[in-house]
Amino acid sequence: MLLKTVGKNSLMLGMFAVVTAGLLAFTYVNTKDRIAEQERRAAEAALLDILPRSTHDNNMLEDTWQIPDADLAELGLHDPSKIYLAKRGTRVVAAIIPAIAADGYGGDIKLIAGVSADGSIAGVRVISHKETPGLGDRIDLRKSNWILSFDGKSLRSPPLDKWKVKKDGGAFDQLTGATITPRAVVRQVRDILVFAQKHHSDIFSAGTP
Amino acid sequence: MNNYADISINGLWKNNPALVQLIGLCPLLAVSGTVVNALGLGLATLAVLTGSNVVVSLIRHVVSDAVKLPVFVMIIATFTTVIELLMQAYTYQLYQTLGIFIPLIVTNCAILGRADSFACKNPVLPALVDGFTMGLGFLGALLAIGAVRELLGSGAIFSNMDLLFGEPAKQWKLHIFSHQDKGFLIAVLPPGAFLVAGVLIALKNTIDNYWKARARVEQVIVKGAKRVRTTGTVA
Repeated sequence: MLLKTVGKNSLMLGMFAVVTAGLLAFTYVNTKDRIAEQERRAAEAALLDILPRSTHDNNMLEDTWQIPDADLAELGLHDPSKIYLAKRGTRVVAAIIPAIAADGYGGDIKLIAGVSADGSIAGVRVISHKETPGLGDRIDLRKSNWILSFDGKSLRSPPLDKWKVKKDGGAFDQLTGATITPRAVVRQVRDILVFAQKHHSDIFSAGTP
Repeated sequence: MNNYADISINGLWKNNPALVQLIGLCPLLAVSGTVVNALGLGLATLAVLTGSNVVVSLIRHVVSDAVKLPVFVMIIATFTTVIELLMQAYTYQLYQTLGIFIPLIVTNCAILGRADSFACKNPVLPALVDGFTMGLGFLGALLAIGAVRELLGSGAIFSNMDLLFGEPAKQWKLHIFSHQDKGFLIAVLPPGAFLVAGVLIALKNTIDNYWKARARVEQVIVKGAKRVRTTGTVA
């Protein structure tokens, strides 16, 4: 009697599991391609925001350079990542380098920075962060234009020791009420440039065999 | 309770999941920073709640009490995952903004609560109305909190609506007041969510008390009118 009830209930539960799993599989199969396309487009949109189509003629998502595992730490990265290359013909004109500033006010700040072949910044964007809304979150372009102050800067201007916020005697504005956040971002962007300089031949000759 | 008007008033106002039952507060407080986030999560919850109520009602005679709850959870999880996949496919940026709170709809006790206390005891149509109006009540509260927080926090309202409605909605943003893009910071921070929700609950209670007091006054008038009629001075 007990066994019969248990059997009946298990059968019932199993049946529902099969039906719901089937429904999920159906939805998954039908949305899979669209989701992949959306993800690709979102990734590309972030890259194109820094390096508009007019600057290159390749698909940056396909031309990449894998960062050697040993060098990931220089960019603050934990997981294997790649650098996206913008090319004109076979010449690499710029590279988009991912990095993480780990010493923000609210933990990791994920950035990408476009570095031109001449070593200057094409643009920096914050991909994700957990900084205080209204204060530190103005590193996000949607909140303020602060992040654009890196455009055109390089290790020559301002010189390396001026890559600090003004409060620390450097060349970059801090944000009102938030010093820790911009300090972390400025330092990490500087490290990206140092990285690009060190690996210049690896990155910018990647396209020429 | 098979009266649809009663069910609707119950879900939208009298027994509003967010303002009276105070359930599902985690997503309510976490994503109500802007109208677009509130609308996105509210609509997703509405869809899951309505769908799960209908299916639970359909199968109410089939499942035994012993496996009832696991079956409900399975149904709710399925609806949530389907909605999650659809949002990922069609409103990708909003999906990214809402993040973990979409899968967390499964744990919104408002949904399992309606399945267990209403849908599994009632026919399909009342269950559908109940799910829809409860969801609408939740969405309404979420929108109200989102609107107040966004307005106080940023001085503008309806920003980034294009995440949900496409390009043309970029124009919908209304600047109400602006002070160098800085609003009252606390409204956007988590404590602001509690404060605004608390004020809304107080407001709802005030309105309820007002109606109660008015109903009492009307009763008195009705009594008076009868007396007048017996004396025959009023036609």
